[in-house]
Amino acid sequence: MNKAIHIYFSQAIPLVAYIDENCLFLKEQKCDICRGVCQTDAIDFTQTPEKIDVKVGAVILSVGLEPFDPRVRDEYGYGRYENVLTSMDFERLLSSTGPYEGQILRSSDQKHPRKIAWLQCIGSRRVTEGDNSYCSAVCCTYTQKQVILTKDHEPEAECTIFHNDIRSYGKDFERYFQRADNLENIRFIRSYAQIVREDPETKNVFVRYSTPDEGVKEEEFDMVVLSVGLNPPKDNDKLAAKFGIELNEHGFCRINPANPIETSRRGIFVSGTFQGPTDIPESVFSASGAGSKCGELLNRRRGKLTTERVYPPEKDVSGQEPKIGVFVCHCGANISSVVNVPETVEYALSLPNVVYATEQLFSCATNSAMEITELTREKGLNRVVIAACSPRTLEPLFRDTLREAGLNQYFLEMANIREHCSWVHSKQKEEATAKAKDIIRMAVARARHLEPLREFDLPVNKTALVVGGGIAGMTCALSIASQGHQVHLLEKEKELGGNARRLYTTVDAMDVQAYLRDLIRSVYGNPMIHVSHEAEIKDVSGYIGNFVTTVETEGQVKKIKHGATVIAIGAEEYKPDEYLYGQDERVLTHLELEERIAAGDEKLASAQTMVMIQCVGCRNQDRNYCSRVCCSHAVKNALELKELNPEMDIYVLFRDMRTYGFNEDYYRKASEKEVRFIRYVPEEKPQVEATKAEGREVLRVTVPDPILGQNLELDADYLALAAAIVPSRSTGDIASLFKVTLSPDGFYKEAHVKLRPVEFATDGVYLCGLAHYPKHIPETINQAYGAAGRVLTLLSHDTVIASGAVCEVKEDQCVSCGACITACTYGAIEFRETARGKKAWVNPILCKGDGLCNAKCPTDAIVLKHFTNEEIESQIEAAAVRQQDLQQIAAAVEKV
Amino acid sequence: MCSGRVDLGFIQKAFASGQDGVFIGACRLNECNYVTHGNYDAFGNVLIFKKIMQEHLGLDPGRLHIEFMSAADGNILAESVNRFVGQVKALGPVGQSEGVDPEKLRLRLKAVGRLVPYLRLVERERFRIPVKTREAYEEFYGSREFDRLYRELIGDRLAMSQIMLLLAQKPMTTGEMAEIVGLNQSEISGYMNSSSRQGLVRYDEAQKRYALA
Repeated sequence: MNKAIHIYFSQAIPLVAYIDENCLFLKEQKCDICRGVCQTDAIDFTQTPEKIDVKVGAVILSVGLEPFDPRVRDEYGYGRYENVLTSMDFERLLSSTGPYEGQILRSSDQKHPRKIAWLQCIGSRRVTEGDNSYCSAVCCTYTQKQVILTKDHEPEAECTIFHNDIRSYGKDFERYFQRADNLENIRFIRSYAQIVREDPETKNVFVRYSTPDEGVKEEEFDMVVLSVGLNPPKDNDKLAAKFGIELNEHGFCRINPANPIETSRRGIFVSGTFQGPTDIPESVFSASGAGSKCGELLNRRRGKLTTERVYPPEKDVSGQEPKIGVFVCHCGANISSVVNVPETVEYALSLPNVVYATEQLFSCATNSAMEITELTREKGLNRVVIAACSPRTLEPLFRDTLREAGLNQYFLEMANIREHCSWVHSKQKEEATAKAKDIIRMAVARARHLEPLREFDLPVNKTALVVGGGIAGMTCALSIASQGHQVHLLEKEKELGGNARRLYTTVDAMDVQAYLRDLIRSVYGNPMIHVSHEAEIKDVSGYIGNFVTTVETEGQVKKIKHGATVIAIGAEEYKPDEYLYGQDERVLTHLELEERIAAGDEKLASAQTMVMIQCVGCRNQDRNYCSRVCCSHAVKNALELKELNPEMDIYVLFRDMRTYGFNEDYYRKASEKEVRFIRYVPEEKPQVEATKAEGREVLRVTVPDPILGQNLELDADYLALAAAIVPSRSTGDIASLFKVTLSPDGFYKEAHVKLRPVEFATDGVYLCGLAHYPKHIPETINQAYGAAGRVLTLLSHDTVIASGAVCEVKEDQCVSCGACITACTYGAIEFRETARGKKAWVNPILCKGDGLCNAKCPTDAIVLKHFTNEEIESQIEAAAVRQQDLQQIAAAVEKV
Repeated sequence: MCSGRVDLGFIQKAFASGQDGVFIGACRLNECNYVTHGNYDAFGNVLIFKKIMQEHLGLDPGRLHIEFMSAADGNILAESVNRFVGQVKALGPVGQSEGVDPEKLRLRLKAVGRLVPYLRLVERERFRIPVKTREAYEEFYGSREFDRLYRELIGDRLAMSQIMLLLAQKPMTTGEMAEIVGLNQSEISGYMNSSSRQGLVRYDEAQKRYALA
């Protein structure tokens, strides 16, 4: 329970307290204590709500979701039993700012639970009153995350997960599931589970479930976590009425599968989970995509309201002795609950050259950042050390605070005492404090040697290159072009369309061919888009903002200059070598089956029996991932066949049905139409043989039936295989041309799985579609708009900034051996004639700052700036200095 | 910065400043964050330094470890660091379990430090590994061929480097040098003969000792 005056949550922006409606003064004119104690007179009880009119050209609804409330059904026991929590409650327990500061404790007796159970699909995949019929799409994996974190907190804990299908359909999720499954004392039990009672003494909870071997049984747990699903946002109907948009039958925004970002009203867009239950990467696709859709609408007004930041002039501190300021962050309780922060501040003050040190609650909060700027100016600091979190997320922010203080931004050094210290040593407080001191000492040592570096502006060529003319590439090209940029679209085939040429319908009844025809027509009709057919990329040079790509197209070679690149080369269907595929023409892949259905194949339509086998060529040792779309694809084909011939017997042999999200409804519909779903395990795969049964030529599929416990023989006229989606053959070549990287499964690796899912770590190169990972058409379209959005953030600027942390040659030490030139895969180093002969020279724009050359140079002539020998070696030396030595050092420094 | 930036000099520096073990974290092999695959260079440097630890420093090569992992492999980091710390703790303070006198170790490490630029050159010019795979690297650095190259190109140089450091302090007899460097007298004499011919050292008749020329 929060007090009436509180901070919303620990990373809220702005990080200031507010008063909510529980305030006694607001309710009954009582209390008023806060006004007395507030030293800055910040409390004003006379404020009233204001109505503000904002004129906008477009609206994006990213209103999120509401977690399912298990109170709607008594059977979940939530609210009745103290040790039954929702997964959101449990998430709070795991959090260091949570009720027990990151300890997992039972609220009934403040003890660590030893046996914890998770119940999946709470509120999801159920047609009972109050529940949702759809699959909430995220719960399987978030539960696995909670299990992994629980084992991390309490290695002794026994975790049991009662689940239906395991839906690890996301990128790398299959491996993640295996990681959770391989932990000690973890049980994944495939069973419906029910909470039956609570022990009134111990407050333990009893769960009833059944297993094929042991039948129905009851088990006692110390804590039960309900893996609650995702509901549409609260007040969704009022919102819909206010904005004049339509909702679907589940209360989420009604979307058009051909453009999931658009609502039923022009100019109003939707992103995130209001589209339907989705995970973070898909939410980011649609967020960036919605930005691009707004750009299409409002491009003529782009930049009209922006004002340029003006920084104070940079001070020259070159002649000065280092004056270092150290700011140690509490990170709420993230750091200070483990590390003794005041002690580290005091320690920092004892270090050589440190003239100022202080602690802050959240260094990243706006007021704290301003404080850093002010103190830097006031105390005349010329180096700043921030002891807080990883530089990965907040270094840019802190660099900015230095610029605001008129100091070169490269005078910042971060000491990571959170990820590298408090988070991993939460149980060893003293040692963690000692380690934090070590880390700070090393950072201070390095800070002493930091040098001011220059960044520079590179011009941006406003043209984009899109590689791949499938749905992803075309959608992305159109969105970029409609925001005023020339686009070159490369397609390796004679015709545009990619894999979609082989798709006819989707499970949600989209006419893919009609959609594709329109899309292709729009591409050809757009004067800003230049399509190259039968295109093959011969060479790529340049860098962000200034690429030159050499393409051979229809026998001609041309050079394309462009500022941004989108890789949308798609993927391929796996060609099975199992289940008689390729030997018997009655064995088809789902794409082939779809083509036959679309072609009106009568023989197919009159078949008596169809068997479908899922997970062919993936979720195995060779391809340890789920192809994501096949379950829905099979359900769709099954429903179509039932439509054509209701008498047909259809069997789907599956491992886990992964019809996540709203597609769950089609899975249910297929069951209702008597499509039979039979589960198999990879250890006992179905066997297929061509044989005769009662004079009929059949494919006999034998599969163990887990429920009946005996082999089932199915005599099929056709067998459809859910063949995996595999990376395109050209993935590797394109990767080396554009210097981008691949994930373990051979798909492209995005810069960050969750936060930067449409761009590469390589600047100026973006990705979308199947090349990233298998996905459905609406997801591809979301991501294609998302990539266009990121491209626009680059192309809408005239310049980009290149890092100052690049290599440089000290010419007088260079012996022209060429070691650096051979080491540099980026081609950033070349020989140049100088007055003193041939010397190596680094093109700072091409240099990516890996520093390999620095470690190869026999004379230390080439230097990676910001990571020089002095800077790194000073850290290595400082790491070894024990505390007692420090006074000696301080004394020695004084003498000098 | 890439793990390929981790210079032989950094490893030398860490041991020279008294660390009992050195752990290097690098990206997974063949999953380069850049396009350089510099983690193979880091790997190569680790294998070279392990050889130097064995042959020249007299240290247990288990005090140096490289682990390949991705940013998402927090579990691998935790496990491998815990394992490594356990291993180094079992070995005890640097040099102690190996029975290397701290003063001698200091001198030997200094000799390595002086040779780092040369080692970079040798690595680049002479150590050729046909393919970038973990197996190929381990095979090459474990091979007789590498043993031979090490002896010819590095072993002698390190001994000489150490001798020169000794002679810079004061003139010495071959016996005194042999004692500190850990070679026999005839090997030292061999080095002295060739060094005198190159004009690096001279025999001081009066003191009956070798000195820097």
